[in-house]
Amino acid sequence: MAKLPVTLEQLTESFGPHLARSTGNRLETGIEPDSVVKTHCCFCGQQCGIQLKVKDNQVIGFEPWEDFPFNRGMLCPKGVKRYLQGAHPDRLVTALKRDPSHPSGFSPMPYAEAIDRVATEIKRIQAVHGRDAFALLSGASLTTEKAYLMGKFARVALKTANIDYNGRLCMVSAGAGNKKAFGIDRAANPWSDMLKTDVVWISGANVAECAPITTNYVWQAREHGAKIIVVDPRITPVARTCDLFLPIKPGRDIALFNGILHLMIENDWLDHDFIQNSTVGFEAVAEHVKQWTPKFTAKVTGIAEKSIRQAAEWWGTAKTSFLMHARGIEHHSHGVQNVLGAINIVLASGRIGRENCGYATITGQGNGQGGREHGQKCDQLPGGRDISNPEHRAYIAKVWDVSPDDLPQAGVDAYEIFRKIDKGEIRGLLSLCFNPKVSLPDNAFVTKALEKLEFYVAIDFFLNETAHHADIVLPGSLHEEDEGIVTQIEGRVIKINKVIDPPGEARQDWRIIQDIARQMGAEKGFTFASPQEMLDELRIASKGGVADYSGITYEKVERQHGVFWPCPSDDHPGTPRLFEPGSWNPIAKGTGPFYFPDGKARFVVAGYTPPTEDVDTEYPIILTTGRVISHFLSGSQTRRIGPLVDQYPEPRVEMHPRLAEKLGIANGDLTTVESRRGNCTLKAHVVTTIRPDTVFIPYHWAGRQSANQLTISAQDPISKIPEYKVCAVKVFKARD
Amino acid sequence: MPVPEHMEFFIDPNRCIGCQSCVQACGECDTHKGHPMIHLEYVDRAISVQTTPVVCMHCNTPTCAEVCPADAIKVTEDGVVQTARKPRCIACSNCVLACPFGVPKMKTEFELMMKCDMCYDRTSVGKKPMCATVCPSQALFFGTREEIEQIRPRSVSNNRFQFGQQVITTKVNMLFPKDNPIQHLNVTDAMNEQPVDQSFTLEMLMDAIGI
Repeated sequence: MAKLPVTLEQLTESFGPHLARSTGNRLETGIEPDSVVKTHCCFCGQQCGIQLKVKDNQVIGFEPWEDFPFNRGMLCPKGVKRYLQGAHPDRLVTALKRDPSHPSGFSPMPYAEAIDRVATEIKRIQAVHGRDAFALLSGASLTTEKAYLMGKFARVALKTANIDYNGRLCMVSAGAGNKKAFGIDRAANPWSDMLKTDVVWISGANVAECAPITTNYVWQAREHGAKIIVVDPRITPVARTCDLFLPIKPGRDIALFNGILHLMIENDWLDHDFIQNSTVGFEAVAEHVKQWTPKFTAKVTGIAEKSIRQAAEWWGTAKTSFLMHARGIEHHSHGVQNVLGAINIVLASGRIGRENCGYATITGQGNGQGGREHGQKCDQLPGGRDISNPEHRAYIAKVWDVSPDDLPQAGVDAYEIFRKIDKGEIRGLLSLCFNPKVSLPDNAFVTKALEKLEFYVAIDFFLNETAHHADIVLPGSLHEEDEGIVTQIEGRVIKINKVIDPPGEARQDWRIIQDIARQMGAEKGFTFASPQEMLDELRIASKGGVADYSGITYEKVERQHGVFWPCPSDDHPGTPRLFEPGSWNPIAKGTGPFYFPDGKARFVVAGYTPPTEDVDTEYPIILTTGRVISHFLSGSQTRRIGPLVDQYPEPRVEMHPRLAEKLGIANGDLTTVESRRGNCTLKAHVVTTIRPDTVFIPYHWAGRQSANQLTISAQDPISKIPEYKVCAVKVFKARD
Repeated sequence: MPVPEHMEFFIDPNRCIGCQSCVQACGECDTHKGHPMIHLEYVDRAISVQTTPVVCMHCNTPTCAEVCPADAIKVTEDGVVQTARKPRCIACSNCVLACPFGVPKMKTEFELMMKCDMCYDRTSVGKKPMCATVCPSQALFFGTREEIEQIRPRSVSNNRFQFGQQVITTKVNMLFPKDNPIQHLNVTDAMNEQPVDQSFTLEMLMDAIGI
C-alpha cells in the first residue's frame, strides 16, 4: 500500500520543505572559489547561461556569464538563488524504504538492497499482471541523454508501453499543433528575430514572470518601433506597457484568432503568393472564419470590438512580425485548436521562415524541447519518431539491437496512467523528475490512485509530495551533479556541465536506471559509462528523424554557444531559423520548406468550443492558474530556497475589486475557492489587473494550498494536456 | 582603479517587471553578502503591476554625507558615495531621514548605515554592477551614453531632480519616455461591454446566487 507511512506533519518535519539560506562558506566574503564552472540554470526553458562558484565540492555562489548569447549575464531571481538547492538539509543522500514505525516514515537502507527490491518488484508485478502493469513517469527537466535512456529503459528493459512525462502538462498542445501545421515541433525562430520586427503578438504568456529574459527581447523590439499586442485575462508585467491589451475571457483564444483571420480576409491583409505557393487548406479555413465577425468575436471573447479591429489592422498590415504563445492558450481541452488558430494567422500573413518574421511557442521546462523529442513520451521514439510507424520502429529497433516486434506500442498519457492505477490495470510505478501529486489537476484523485499502488519507487534528490507515497526512494542527482545536453526555448542545444559530485550515496539518475536494468537481468543496452556514450547512441538514433541531432557533439555545442537542431551531419552548423525558402528537410526532400512530402504548411480549421466546464449559477466564476516569478512548477525545489519563499511565501487568490465588493471580500481576507472537485482557502489579493469574471491562483504549492485541488482533469483529445487554465468555481469569504 | 567615467548607470522604471532579481543578486555581492541594498517597490499594486527599483543615485552633493555628524559617509574620487565607514558611523540615522531618494538603510544589527556603493568591488575592476548585469528586462543598465542612446531611442535621460527648494544632480541617470507617456491600462476598458457569452452576465449570476 502506498498510503502515507506517517502523518504529513511528521514527513514535513523530516524531509521539508525546509528553507536553505546562505550560511558558512556561502556567506563568507572574499572567499576564493576552487573553480568557476560555466553551465546553465536548472529551471525554465530559457536555460540562461550562468557560472557557478565551487568551494570544497559545494556550490557557494554564482557569477553572471555575460558571453552566453541568449541571456548575456541576465538572470531571474530563481537563477540567482538556484545554488542554494545544493548541500540542502532536505537532500536525500541514502536509499530509503517506507517504514511506518520510523518517526520520519522512512528508514535508510543500503543502496544495493534497494535496487534489488525495485528489480524484484518490477519483475513480480509484470509477471503477475502483465508488462504494461508497471508504468514510468519521467520529466522534461532531465538532460536529453537521460530522457533518451528513460524511453529506452521502458521499451527495452521493462517492455512496458506505459511511459509518459511531465511535458504532458507543458508542451504537448503546442507540439501537436505545430506538427499538424508545419510537420515539425520546434520554435521556428531564434529570439534575435524578435528584435527588428514590426509587431510582437503575445497570447497567453506571462513573459515577465515565466520567461523573464524574453522580456528584454520584447521591449528591445518595442524600442525600435514594434507594436506589442498582449492577449491575457490579466495585466501581466509585460502587458503593462504593451501597445494593445486584449483582456480575453479564459478559454476563448480560438475565437479571437478566427476573428482576426476574418478581418485579414475582409481587408485583404493576406500574402496571396505565400498562401498559394507554400500552404494548403486555406479555402476551408477562410470559409470557416466567415462566421467570426468582429461583433461575434467580441461577444465570445469578451474583448471590445474596437480592440479586436485594431489588433487585426496592426497584425494584418505589418511587414514583419513575431507571434509567441505559451500555456495560456495551450492548457485547454481545446489547446491544440488554439495553437492551430494562432498558426493560421501567421500562415495567412506569410511572415514565417524569414529574418525578423517568426513564430514560437515558449517552452516551459528546462529541457521542455529536448525532453519531448527522444522517446520518453508515450507515443514516440527517438528523433521525434512515431512509435506506431513501422519504418520508425524498425530503425530504432536496429539501433537498440532488438526485434521491432518486441517494441511495445504506444502507451497512455500521464493522467491516464493514474486512471489505470485507479482501475487496477497499473500496479507499479517508477517516477523520476515528476511531482504529480502537486502538478496534476484534481489531485485528490491522483492521491487516491497513489494509495492503490502495490509498489512505487521514486528517484529524486528531495522527497517531493508524491514520493511521500513511495515504498522505495532512490537518491538521484541535482542538475549540477551531472552533465548532458538540453534544448532550450529557441531550439538551441546547450550543454549542462558537471560542477560537483553527488553527496553520500546519491548518484546520477542514469546510473540508477542502469543499476535497476542490470539487477533485472536486462543489462544489454544499459552499460553506458557516461552521458557522452548515451549522446553518441542518441545521435545515431535521431539520425534521419525530424529531430536530427546526429551532427551535435559536446565540442560543437561549447564552441558555438549552442547548436540549433536539426543538425544532420558533423560539418553542419545547425539550423537557427526553420522554414527558410529553399531549405531542405528529410520529409519534403527539397520540395518546400515545411516538413510534409509536398513541402507546404497546412492551414487547419480551428473550431471553437467552450471550455469543458463553463460557469453556471452554482459555480459562476472562472478560475485560471499560472506561475509567479520566484517559484518553479510544483515548487519541489523553489519552496526549499529561503530567499525565493520570502519573495512569494504563499499562494493568494487574485480578484478584481468589482468582484471582491460583490462577494464582500477585502484585500487580505481569507477566501475560499470551491470547485466541484475540492476547495482551497487562501488570502485574497484584490487588484484591478484581472478580469472581474475570473480569479487567478498560482499553482506551485502542495496540500491545502494547492490550486490543483480545484482544477479539472478534462484533457485535450489530441494532446492530452489538462485544462489548467479554466474551470468553474464559487468564491466566498472563508467561514471561521 | 576608479569607475571609468564613460560608464554610467541608468534606471528605466518603465521596464521594471518587479522580479527582484536585482535585490536577490545584490545580496550576493562580495562586500555585503546577505544584505541587499536595493529597494523594489510597487507603486500601487491595487491598480497596477508597475514596480520601481531604487539604487543609490550617487548625488554630486550627497545630502546623506552633508548631514552626517560623524563624517562617516565618504565619496570616492570618481563620485561614488559609499556606505558609512564602520569606525565612524554612530547609527544616528540622520542620513536615512535626510536622503531625498530614501536610499540608505540603517542596519541596527551592525549599528551601521549601509547603502548601494555601485558595486564598487566590481565596477572598480571593470565589471558591471551585479544588479545591472542580471536585470532580465534591463530596467537597470550600466554602460556608455552612446549605448543607451542607441538601444533606448524612445527615452531621454535625466540626472537633475528638484525636491522642494533643493536641486540635486546625480551620477545615476533616470530614463523617461520622450513622448507618448504610457497611458494607465485598465482591464475593463478593453472588455466587451456586453459579456454575454452563454447568455448571462456576471451581474445576473450574482443576483441569481443571492450575492
